[in-house]
Amino acid sequence: MGYKPVFFATASGHIGGQPLKHPSTHVEYLGVSKTYDGEQWIVEELELTVQRGEFLTLLGPSGSGKTTCLMMLAGFEAPTRGDIRIAGKSVQGIPADKRGIGVVFQNYALFPHMTVGGNLAFPLEVRGMAESERRARVDKALALVRMSGFEGRLPRALSGGQQQRVAIARALVFEPELVLMDEPLGALDRRLREELQFEIRRIHRELGVTIVYVTHDQQEAMVMSDRVAVFSHGRIEQIASPEVLYEEPARSFVARFIGENNLIKGEVSEVKGGVCTVQVEGGAMTATHLGDLSRGDQTLVAVRPERIQLRPDPGTYANEFTATVEDVTFLGDHLRMRFNLFGQADFIAKLPNIVGHGAVLPDDEVRLGWAALDCRALNFVDI
Amino acid sequence: MRTCNRIVLALACLASLSCSSDHTESITVVSFGGSYARASVLAYHQAFTKETGIEVRLEDYNGGLAQIRAQVDAGNVFWDVVDLEMPDAELACNEGIIELVDLNAMPDGVGGEPAQQDYPANTLTECGPAGLYYSTIYAYNSRYVGEHAPSSIEDFFDLDTFPGRRGMRRVPFANLEFALMADGVPLGEVYATLDTAEGLDRAFAKLDTIKNDVVWWEAGAQPPQMLADGEVVMSTAYNGRVFNAQILEAQPFVVVWDGQLLSFGGPLGIVAGTPRFEAALAFVHFANRPQSQANISKYISYSPVRLSAGALVGNHVDTGIDMHPHMPASPENTRRALKSDWRWWSEHREELNERFSAWLAR
Amino acid sequence: MPRARLISLALVLPLLAFVGVTFVAPLASLLSKSAYETRVHDVIPETMSVLDTWDGHGLPPEAAFATIAKELPSARADRTLLRLSGAANRLRPGMRIFIAATAQRVPRAEFAGTWRETLAGIDEGWADPQTWRVIKQAATKFSLRHYLQALDLEQRPDGSIGARPEQERVYMPLLWRTLVVSFFVTLLCFVIGYPIAMLIADSPPRRRNLLLLLVLVPFWTSLLVRTTAWIVLLQRQGVINDVLVSFGLLGDDTRLEMIYNMTGTFVAMTHVLLPFMVLPLYSVMRSIPENQLRASASLGASPMQGFVRVYFPQTLPGVGAGALLVFILSIGYYITPALVGGSSGQLISNMIAYHVQTSLNWGLAAALSSILLAAIIVLYLAFNRLVGIDRMRLG
Repeated sequence: MGYKPVFFATASGHIGGQPLKHPSTHVEYLGVSKTYDGEQWIVEELELTVQRGEFLTLLGPSGSGKTTCLMMLAGFEAPTRGDIRIAGKSVQGIPADKRGIGVVFQNYALFPHMTVGGNLAFPLEVRGMAESERRARVDKALALVRMSGFEGRLPRALSGGQQQRVAIARALVFEPELVLMDEPLGALDRRLREELQFEIRRIHRELGVTIVYVTHDQQEAMVMSDRVAVFSHGRIEQIASPEVLYEEPARSFVARFIGENNLIKGEVSEVKGGVCTVQVEGGAMTATHLGDLSRGDQTLVAVRPERIQLRPDPGTYANEFTATVEDVTFLGDHLRMRFNLFGQADFIAKLPNIVGHGAVLPDDEVRLGWAALDCRALNFVDI
Repeated sequence: MRTCNRIVLALACLASLSCSSDHTESITVVSFGGSYARASVLAYHQAFTKETGIEVRLEDYNGGLAQIRAQVDAGNVFWDVVDLEMPDAELACNEGIIELVDLNAMPDGVGGEPAQQDYPANTLTECGPAGLYYSTIYAYNSRYVGEHAPSSIEDFFDLDTFPGRRGMRRVPFANLEFALMADGVPLGEVYATLDTAEGLDRAFAKLDTIKNDVVWWEAGAQPPQMLADGEVVMSTAYNGRVFNAQILEAQPFVVVWDGQLLSFGGPLGIVAGTPRFEAALAFVHFANRPQSQANISKYISYSPVRLSAGALVGNHVDTGIDMHPHMPASPENTRRALKSDWRWWSEHREELNERFSAWLAR
Repeated sequence: MPRARLISLALVLPLLAFVGVTFVAPLASLLSKSAYETRVHDVIPETMSVLDTWDGHGLPPEAAFATIAKELPSARADRTLLRLSGAANRLRPGMRIFIAATAQRVPRAEFAGTWRETLAGIDEGWADPQTWRVIKQAATKFSLRHYLQALDLEQRPDGSIGARPEQERVYMPLLWRTLVVSFFVTLLCFVIGYPIAMLIADSPPRRRNLLLLLVLVPFWTSLLVRTTAWIVLLQRQGVINDVLVSFGLLGDDTRLEMIYNMTGTFVAMTHVLLPFMVLPLYSVMRSIPENQLRASASLGASPMQGFVRVYFPQTLPGVGAGALLVFILSIGYYITPALVGGSSGQLISNMIAYHVQTSLNWGLAAALSSILLAAIIVLYLAFNRLVGIDRMRLG
């Protein structure tokens, strides 16, 4: 691992969310599996490629294997099977301290007996850097996270947010090309979390380093990442940009995990191009679909709550049904309504707070409608 | 009426019980533990209880007057009779912490001769008549000593020829004499030499030469144990303890009689202020009977002091072997034997104990 | 005072009383004995009040002879004479017999006109002013002589204070030896205990409990059983030597001497005191997050660098607490070293025990205890200065 001066280097032309102009592979997981006891597989046959300069988030509920994945890359765990490559070279057998990867931990992992300056200088000292250069680097890194002037403080004299800024600066100060972040904002309150999400994105843009980020917070993943890999039970369910994940979930797990979705069970009765007809409890629904659904398949139809129209003009939408209002929750900018549709009292709609919507009361019978494009039939794998 | 009788009967029984337990008097006799204490019990404690009905409780100690002083000083005497060493007996009665005994009341000899004529010179004192001869010798375990075995007191101090650790009692008594004998002082001049400051320095200097290799013992039962364990190559010991280990435990111990320190022992002191004085005195008289003294030698190789008891010495009670060759005073064993001067020791014991413990601590 | 505070005071009162009765009071009484004692004075109170006016030069007035001739026999009858004769004997060997003999003979002696003549007739020692100086010194209520003795100093006849002759210096070399032994026991406990504590802290919970149990077992074993077990293991014909010999690593005549010397002292004391080092270390190590070492590795530090610069400094509070505990406890240890230490097993506490139990010189024992206490307090303060007691973690 060299220490190329990527600090403040121009990012390779990408802006968050956009594909890279000259993509080159940075990290590869090749058939990586991990088990501790030989019975339960924490990670199974993982195939994953991270591009240079990319911000990739591993998203999943706890126990889904995402952190183990990260720890194997950092060198704290070894894969049971498979290989991990960085810049084309296998890192098998290379200890963590020889990999030159910056790591930010959930609980900051600052060294409590060293000052902020000492913490930042530590990676430089163990690399044998001269003191004058060390100081310059430390100053620069602190400026990057807007913590200049805190060198002399001990970590315990800082707030949680400040500590995490220092931890980020420490993971960057020795200019790694690859930075791993393991739920770095998990211990912070909402406001600080949002502030730091913004900061991390800014730093990523400024430095152009590759970041692999682990979180269980789908909103955070959506906000920050170029791409998100959704983990479940040691496997990647889907890996795509946030937009695609949201709009085109490939599997029911993703549909459920990313954002809010109404899922209606049914059976495919007709397939025509990218559109299919699904027979559900209360009638037929027209939905778009990905992949290879065919007649007779069991499926789940996913409808985003915010795509539902209340009392549409008849004939506007491919899907129009009558439902009973169960309850209405006032949330300021929008109203959240729960309907009984097809005998299931869990159909949710988010409706903008505009004239007319406020007049809906429980037990009212109302008509709901949504377009075939806003309604997706999923491969029925797991219910 | 019948009920009434029963109650009276029951009360009478209770009363008689409590009375009878009051009647079983008991005294506490303190001795040096191990096979010697056991020998005393078999030789005369049991016989005393049988004759008088007074129970004897046995306790162990390792010599010295500290505990007696502490009891007398505190006014809380729970030891009644203490088996002392001669110099300590003299010191104790001078200090008034043991009672003086009336020599005229001592039991007669075997042939009815008065006690005054039945003791060798210097052994019948008001502070407690000597009960036996014993010797401080050194012994080795032939299992751990090669062909070339130590045979003289000089060998005990010769670490070059006989390397290995030595056991010695944690008191100056006997050790100073051994040191001077080994340093070439003739038997007859040992105490005269110790009487001078230079002589004392010489003795301590000789002890210095082996100090780092000495394991100190306090209870008489320790040396046979240390020899059996091979913890020391040779150890000073009371000859009777070694004898018992040889005879009863078949230990391959060898006693080196050369340079032995022959001493009077076993004076029984009655602790001053004991509430059980009468019983204690009866015990002391019983223990000083010629037969009691002679009985000891059935169990351990200590010989009686009383002249008339000498003829009563016979064979070991369990094994039947002749005790005479094992006795400290037998001619075979006394070719080079120093008689300990207990009067000298009673004068110097205190200051030498102080000096010795200071020397040890350095 | 507010009601709540009164109630809380009432609640801690039993504890305060308990501490006061069982700790503060005995300690205070012991410490006061080192300099102030009336036990000896009260054996001859009248003589002492006469001697109060005596300047120590020449013989005291006739009144002193008269009162002591009266008080000695009555003290003998009360059996309190021992206190005086014992105390005097410590100052000058031979005084015990001298005083006892006088007390015994005075009632039978023929009165020779003056008590001075009469006593001198019993023993001419009474005509020696030195005898009287010793008696006065022995019975004085307030005296620092125990401290002088404990510090291996003496008051010369001209009143100046100086070191005792080399061969009489006992206590300071012993104190030094005690400190050295304690230091090395502490060091051994640290060297052995640190990896053990690390192992336990790193173990999964079930094994951790088992290992902690093993560390604690010595606590639950009787001191004598424990010590005897070491004798069985370490002696010349003991288990360890037997094993080494049977494997041919040692000849039968070159068996190791591991007991009744310093080795025995160190082994047995380290074993007994190890838990006091392991437990605070373990508790501190448990509180260090696992990701500290991972963080250090991710920053490029080798495992050794990570240990030296990140892990070890964070365990220092535990090291400090453990070292202080072990050191202070080993200073007070005496039974174990006396049993397995041979000549070198004599530590300062043995001397204190000796003077309390055997020589009955409580004043000197108290003075030695005070000096030991002072030494520990000094060390504690120095330690506090260096490490900081508020940073210590006792587990």
